[in-house]
Amino acid sequence: MGIPFLRHREYIIVPLQAAISDDEMVELWGLLANHVTGHDVRGVVIDVTALDVIDSFACRTLTHVAQAIRLRGAETVIVGIQPDVAIAMVQLGLSVTDVRTMLDTEEAIAFLDQATARAAR
Amino acid sequence: MTSLLDESTRLSSASQETVTSTASVIIRCDADVVSARQQACAIGEQLGLLRFDLALVATALLELAHNILSHAGRGEILLRIVQDGARRGLSMVARDEGPGIADIELALRDGYSTTGSLGLGLPGVRRLMDEFAITSVIGCGTTVAVCKWVRQRGGYDRHLAYCVGRGRAPVPRRG
Repeated sequence: MGIPFLRHREYIIVPLQAAISDDEMVELWGLLANHVTGHDVRGVVIDVTALDVIDSFACRTLTHVAQAIRLRGAETVIVGIQPDVAIAMVQLGLSVTDVRTMLDTEEAIAFLDQATARAAR
Repeated sequence: MTSLLDESTRLSSASQETVTSTASVIIRCDADVVSARQQACAIGEQLGLLRFDLALVATALLELAHNILSHAGRGEILLRIVQDGARRGLSMVARDEGPGIADIELALRDGYSTTGSLGLGLPGVRRLMDEFAITSVIGCGTTVAVCKWVRQRGGYDRHLAYCVGRGRAPVPRRG
């Protein structure tokens, strides 16, 4: 199963599917890091709305994805963490301190517009 | 430390009629983990666990399954409904025949990991679930038993329902 990327201007939006496996998570890491350079991408929005669980492995992988993309010179925003998933993450002891999280894609795009405009100035 | 293990075995064998659903899932690869999670959620839903608690159970199950895969390579997870007086709960027992844990106290500490992970697995699972017991023998394997009780309807429930966006927000009263 491939992970779909949606292109929106100079950003890519990655909607993660509910039954994403650990292998696919790791695959996503490599794919995105490569894609960002090849296509002049300024920002990546990872949409986790469909995920009903984010465990320590998924959290670590998402953080690694974001760090790799930042090293490539682009910004990452994670959107759509469900309320009950958020509560479970807190109880587990997870944090996403290195990654920007937002409510939805619209908010993330607005943030990326500002961030890239500031960088261009 | 073994009380819950004994307890869940006793509960399920002594009163078979209370065990309405059980499943044993062999964990060998990634796909097994996905299937175990789906089965746990299905049983939890049947039991009447709230969506909020299902998320906690699913997260705990993933952590346990990952522990099996990364430390032992293979193992199994037993899922069953247990009853203790009036309350019912979902019990999950994760067993493997891996190398075992040398220092359980240390393994239950936040941030301790032998595999370079976040080290939140076992202590995290303990926080997520209502009951937690672990036994481990070096060279023989590890068994972790956990249980989540179905919450009684009440004030706390309403608060949680609000937290997960399914209820009305509590209206602050002004005097």
